[in-house]
Amino acid sequence: MTADPSITSNGESEAKHSPSEPLLSVDGLSVQFQSLDGPIEAVSDIDIRINRGETLGLVGESGSGKSVTARSILRLLDSSASLDGRIHFDDTDLLALDEAELRPIRGNRISMIFQDAGAALNPVLTVGDQVSETIRMHQDIPGEGISGVERNALTSLLRPTDWPKRFEESWARTIELFDRVGIPEPDRRAFEYPHEYSGGMRQRAMIAMALSCRPELLIADEPTTALDVTIEAGILDLIEELQAEFGTAVLFITHDMGVINEVADRVVVMYAGRIVETGPTRELFEHPKHPYTEALLDSVPTLDGTESLDPLSGNVPDPQNRPSGCPFRDRCPEANAACDGRFPPAYGVHPEDEPATVSERGSTTVPEPRRDGSDHATRCVLYGDVDVLQHEPGLSGSSTAEPEGDK
Amino acid sequence: MTTETERARRSVFGSFLRTVRRDKLALGGAVGLAGISFVAIVTPWVIGYDPSTTNLALMLQPPSMEHPLGTDRYGRDILLRIVVGARTSLFVASLGVGIATVIGVALGSISGYYEGVVGESIMRVADTVFAFPALLLALSLVAVLGQHQYNVIVAVGIVYWPIFARITRGSVLSVKQKDFVQASQSIGERDYRIIFGEILPNVTAPIIVQATISLAVAILLESALSFLGLGVPPPDPSWGRMLAESRDFMTQAPWWTIAPGMAIVVTVLSLNFVGDALRDALDPQQEDMLEDER
Amino acid sequence: MYRYVLKRLAQYVPVLIGVSVIAFLLVHVLSGDPVRTMLGTGATEEQVEHVRTQLGLNAPLHVRYLSWLAGVLGGDFGRSIMSGESVSSLILTTLPRTLWLAFGAAVLSIGIGIPAGVVSAVHRYSKWDYGATLLAFGGISIPNFFLGIVLILLFAEHLAWLPSGGYVSPLADPVEGFRRLILPWIALGTALASIVMRMMRSSLLEVMNDQYIETATAKGLTRDLIRNKHAIANALIPTVTIVGLNVGYLLGGAIVIEEIFAIPGFGQLTLNAVLNRDFVVLQGVLLVTAFLFTSVNFIVDLVYAYLDPRITYE
Repeated sequence: MTADPSITSNGESEAKHSPSEPLLSVDGLSVQFQSLDGPIEAVSDIDIRINRGETLGLVGESGSGKSVTARSILRLLDSSASLDGRIHFDDTDLLALDEAELRPIRGNRISMIFQDAGAALNPVLTVGDQVSETIRMHQDIPGEGISGVERNALTSLLRPTDWPKRFEESWARTIELFDRVGIPEPDRRAFEYPHEYSGGMRQRAMIAMALSCRPELLIADEPTTALDVTIEAGILDLIEELQAEFGTAVLFITHDMGVINEVADRVVVMYAGRIVETGPTRELFEHPKHPYTEALLDSVPTLDGTESLDPLSGNVPDPQNRPSGCPFRDRCPEANAACDGRFPPAYGVHPEDEPATVSERGSTTVPEPRRDGSDHATRCVLYGDVDVLQHEPGLSGSSTAEPEGDK
Repeated sequence: MTTETERARRSVFGSFLRTVRRDKLALGGAVGLAGISFVAIVTPWVIGYDPSTTNLALMLQPPSMEHPLGTDRYGRDILLRIVVGARTSLFVASLGVGIATVIGVALGSISGYYEGVVGESIMRVADTVFAFPALLLALSLVAVLGQHQYNVIVAVGIVYWPIFARITRGSVLSVKQKDFVQASQSIGERDYRIIFGEILPNVTAPIIVQATISLAVAILLESALSFLGLGVPPPDPSWGRMLAESRDFMTQAPWWTIAPGMAIVVTVLSLNFVGDALRDALDPQQEDMLEDER
Repeated sequence: MYRYVLKRLAQYVPVLIGVSVIAFLLVHVLSGDPVRTMLGTGATEEQVEHVRTQLGLNAPLHVRYLSWLAGVLGGDFGRSIMSGESVSSLILTTLPRTLWLAFGAAVLSIGIGIPAGVVSAVHRYSKWDYGATLLAFGGISIPNFFLGIVLILLFAEHLAWLPSGGYVSPLADPVEGFRRLILPWIALGTALASIVMRMMRSSLLEVMNDQYIETATAKGLTRDLIRNKHAIANALIPTVTIVGLNVGYLLGGAIVIEEIFAIPGFGQLTLNAVLNRDFVVLQGVLLVTAFLFTSVNFIVDLVYAYLDPRITYE
């Protein structure tokens, strides 16, 4: 498969860029949905950077805005969503593109796999057809573009099952991909329909489809949540293998800290539409700073059972009436008066940093705030400015670097 | 139990009102239907003379101040005959659909509640009735039973009960799985109390929707029967027969043809608008249920 | 596929038997004494008895049913009480005309209903959508006999573009055969076209919310390709069901349409049998119609299985 130079052309041309420049950078992204009861802000103020070839884990409970964030990147949200902020993909401003300009990026340079592969595959088309059409759509193989037969609704209904086989080159690549992702008997199974596949096989087919054009970025939205644990392990290994082989960066979305620990280089923790902490996986797991991250890690059972199992009480606040200040404060064991007034900016932290203790108001022990290029950061007042803790909420605004109240 | 029923009824009505407010077509349908029913019920009492009285001096008069829709071959006022015809149509259709609903809901709930031989046999009978086109079956029934208003009503009832049986059976089968029904069964509640008290209130919404749509179809069926000469017998005016009588004169007196035709269209259209709004408001899964039964 | 066909067949055979029982009972039990009804009140006891023996009506009910059924299976539907003609030959003469009428109407309604539904769904809430939806509501609300009469009034009497009725075999004179059927086709097909349009619209809108459409978008396919290759095939599945369920409407509607347009078809045969109380013909007509309707539904189920690959294995 790597023998064919045209497949790798994308990857190679992009490699000329300086490695320090991120592949994808999302800055200050907010997404609002229009609903009958007025606008709802699903996510606010999201900053994400993904470097070439790395895996960024995006973790949070359901309702935290992970999927909305992921769909914003490919602009898959419906017309009731309005996006604010910047999404830059390798020098291209994705938010400035129209449909036609987005198409060569979707499925080609950025692709996506979904939680329920059974629903994500079209039930009336063969799996091989669905993979090969992606190749034919994006790869310029002479004589193998999307044909008139499938563009026309009437003729597209009358195609025989083995129809895509007539495009020899793209079909050969499809079969090769099936083989590569571990689907047995690819020559036969490519002509089967999704309902004839098992859950794990469907997700492998989705992966084949997503990686068919060797994208620079793969967005994986809970790809293993619907699968058995044994099958999950196989899928995770496959993603990692192919990622290494193709040099693809992965945005891996999950609510499962265990999976994150296994796959991610860096982690972004989201809560109620906000990023609350971000850092290298190892450091974040060993030295979580935000109380929410700690709570998430506490709820993961470990094999030796030494860690206490302490599930979070309560629910993610309803996006329509999120509390002002820190969205987590109602469930936070460390919450104090300062959490009410505002949601703090991101503070850089180091592993050895300790949270401020609020034993006596006025004489709080507060660590030196650090903003020295650490790539571990959290948005919690306990790691912030001294004044924040010394004043009543509402009076602290003047002394903060980024005054930013929740609407 | 009563509270369950009432809650169902109240929410049915409430969501229908909400839809009507949003949807102009539904509003038009509701207003049209109310108007037609009012006219059909009230006018014949108010007007002093008999719509069947003939006056050959006035035959085939075009619309005028005195006869807004003109007169027919026998000099009878067409508007008056249409108003009285509305009564016939609405009476036959609603009574027929009423019978269909009662039979269908009864057999459907029995079939859904007692699965197995009884239930299956009932549904096979329903399938068989379904295998005949409605008009053909109704025609044959009236031919065999004799041409009488009540036989037309019976025919409508027989033709349309299977659809109600299917819907009811589908709902019953799904409701039966719910916890509250299982709980009643386990404490030995009597079957008929479970069916009437707990299952049927939950089937109300799709039945109301289907009844409205069936009413529209039944009016079409009744008028087709009358048009073919096997509907409500003369001298009672009927829209379908008016159309049939007017055919020989349709080039000379097109108003005679157009008026009853438009009366049918307006009535059926109103019912369809209302039925559609009801479906949107109450019953998004009804189509799925029909498919499960196939 | 093979097993699916067998399974479907197994469901249809009981319905066919039920249909024959209903057709038989309708005439022999509900009508009381068909011979008296047929001969009228003026007939003498002797005449009645003669006809009864002639028709084999003195045997027990189940014997009569079985001998009737045996005859039917052998192609013998008996002889018309009115004209004495063989019912099977009456059916064979008239049925092809009606099938041609119904087929044309079905093609017309699918050919108009599906594209109109697609346009309506694609341009939802546009004036095209509102226009098509209103027309469709009109189409299901106008009685086909009224529509037929208006069409005759307009296109045959007033504009004189098309003949107002009569039947010419398309094999004998294709052009005239077509011209004569254009108005009947429209009158019969309008309601079904409206139903198909509304079903196609709503099911396409529903399909467009499915997850695999998002997948197709995320793959970078064009809108046209997503709609034509991915969405329409799925949206057709429920629409096909609706068409199948409404074939009975076409067969019933043919009774009215043939009466209006003076087409000497199966519908006319039916209507005359009903009006003349010719119960021997009526039995045959009921049986053949129900058989046709059931068979068409069987074929529709096969089309359904072709469109939906999941069906075979369920």
